[in-house]
Amino acid sequence: MSAAMDTESTYSGYSHYSGHSKKAHRQGRDRHKSPRSKDGSRSEKSVTIQTPPAEPLLGNDASRAEEGQDDNWGETTTAITGTSEHSISQEDIARISKDLEDSVGLECKRYLGLTVAAVLGLLVFLTPIAFILLPQILWRDDLEPCGTVCEGLFISVAFKLLILLIGTWALFFRQPKADIPRVFVFRALLLVLIFLFVFSYWLFYGVRILDSKDTNYQGIVQYAVSLVDALLFIHYLAIVLLELRQLQPMFTVKVVRSTDGESRYYSLGHLSIQRAALVVLENYYKDFTVYNPALLTASKSRAAKHMAGLKVYNVDGPGNNASGQSRAMIAAAARRRDSSHNELYYEEADHERRVKKRRARLVVAVEEAFTHIKRLQAEEQQKAPGEMMDPREAAQAIFPSMARALQKYLRTTRQQQYHSMESILQHLSFCITNNMTPKAFLERYLNPGPTLQYDRDRWFSKQWTLVSEEAVTSGLQDGIVFVLKCLDFSLVVNVKKIPFIKLSEEFIDPKSHKFVLRLQSETSV
Amino acid sequence: CYFIIFSFQQRIEIHKLRQGDNLILGFSIGGGIDQDPTQNPFSEDKTDKGIYVTRVTEGGPAEVAGLQIGDKIMQVNGWDMTMVTHDQARKRLTKRNEEVVRLLVTRQSLQKAVQQSMMS
Repeated sequence: MSAAMDTESTYSGYSHYSGHSKKAHRQGRDRHKSPRSKDGSRSEKSVTIQTPPAEPLLGNDASRAEEGQDDNWGETTTAITGTSEHSISQEDIARISKDLEDSVGLECKRYLGLTVAAVLGLLVFLTPIAFILLPQILWRDDLEPCGTVCEGLFISVAFKLLILLIGTWALFFRQPKADIPRVFVFRALLLVLIFLFVFSYWLFYGVRILDSKDTNYQGIVQYAVSLVDALLFIHYLAIVLLELRQLQPMFTVKVVRSTDGESRYYSLGHLSIQRAALVVLENYYKDFTVYNPALLTASKSRAAKHMAGLKVYNVDGPGNNASGQSRAMIAAAARRRDSSHNELYYEEADHERRVKKRRARLVVAVEEAFTHIKRLQAEEQQKAPGEMMDPREAAQAIFPSMARALQKYLRTTRQQQYHSMESILQHLSFCITNNMTPKAFLERYLNPGPTLQYDRDRWFSKQWTLVSEEAVTSGLQDGIVFVLKCLDFSLVVNVKKIPFIKLSEEFIDPKSHKFVLRLQSETSV
Repeated sequence: CYFIIFSFQQRIEIHKLRQGDNLILGFSIGGGIDQDPTQNPFSEDKTDKGIYVTRVTEGGPAEVAGLQIGDKIMQVNGWDMTMVTHDQARKRLTKRNEEVVRLLVTRQSLQKAVQQSMMS
């Protein structure tokens, strides 16, 4: 069975589903080829499939966002225009939904797996009961009477089945939380094992008991009890294989985001590559700061300036020496004395200063705003002074005094697209309700948080592809590298084995800690 | 009957002796600003943290040059040795590329001047 899986997985690890959406997005990008002429320095962008796709999109997104801003909050929220290259226009949506219907095969695959498991489970559960009841139904008169031992066995069968039911419910009845590309090997193995097991029991039962109409009822009941015992042991095996084995950490994986180099380390046990990818993704949403394309424009414009300054002329005739040309460019660029490092240094210093200034203004504004609100105690509430407000109204009352400072700060740190006015008001009323200080309110805006904190529309990362040179159902090994790609960036995962630690013991007698004064030390020269 | 104690400075030039891979001078030093000055048997002032000669090997280059036990080393090749740590002093004396060290030392001489004059 594993051989069949191996031949299957010599293909790439791309899943069927993501193939469709990639096609749709690629076609979407193709159509919007005309470069924006708003900013002269951005005219070097051109949209082709071979170049890294993130380049023109991000520049466009940022430039459009900055121009759309004015002091009115309404216009600075996330505006999905019909012609933006990054969002999806109507035709794209229609095409994607059509693709979804085509790929209903994948949904079928998942539900097929579930139904097979459910049917098998039901069959397995009813088998011992059938074993006990069938002789009663078919040849009741020939059976020996059931003594006390036999009836005791009935009780034990009943309770063991109950325990098995509860255990199976606890272990297997869970919402599937992910769609993985290949079959989960251990689960499939267990299902096959159970099937073979029950099948062989039925075979034996059919041949030796039904055909020969055995009259020893106690023996039949004991046979059913042995089946239930064996099922409990298989359940134990399932727990060990599916849950316990991967708990002990054996590997450390390093996850690096390709766009800005943010990295984290996680500890994993013995998992298959696809399950390790699942763990990494689950942790990605809570550990990594949210992907912000607006932060990447600076390095791209720098890179463009490097290459834009040099042109290559071929004076030796029509030979097409491409590698020679690029080498000549690299050498010339290295020799050229450009001062872009200077620019970068001063730009960064300037930016930091600006951010700190705006942050100081923001903190002061928010602190002032919060002083205008006072919580009414229960007794005071009954006295009913002029205006009692609920949290939402209170938030709306103090928001204008801090709105400008907050908006300026968000624009400086390029986070303005992640926070709409509505979300800020909600957060403010939440903080007021829970007696939070201004600093606690600001925590969300001063530092970019993990992806989970933000609205789903701004995630940029919902559809993942696992790219791996090894089969995705094979286990983790030292040195494996796989990549989790989504549309805009990818996570490169590097697996390293936790080293074998040699720990030895040394005993120090507490009485052996003795000291002496250091006198003149004498050195011979 | 009284003693006159005076100290005089002397310049001593020691030529290092090559022994295998090392150049040795043939004496031992003690003292330093990181050491305990009250343990120094050779110093007159027990707060003196200078570098003192504690031992001179027989027949070694230091003895030949005239260094004596109890001498306080003031300078080595022009470097001051009155305010150095023990390790710094060792390093200044054992530089690998110097074959000759010129020391400025201070010695206390106990002169039984009056006895002599009384005898004569």
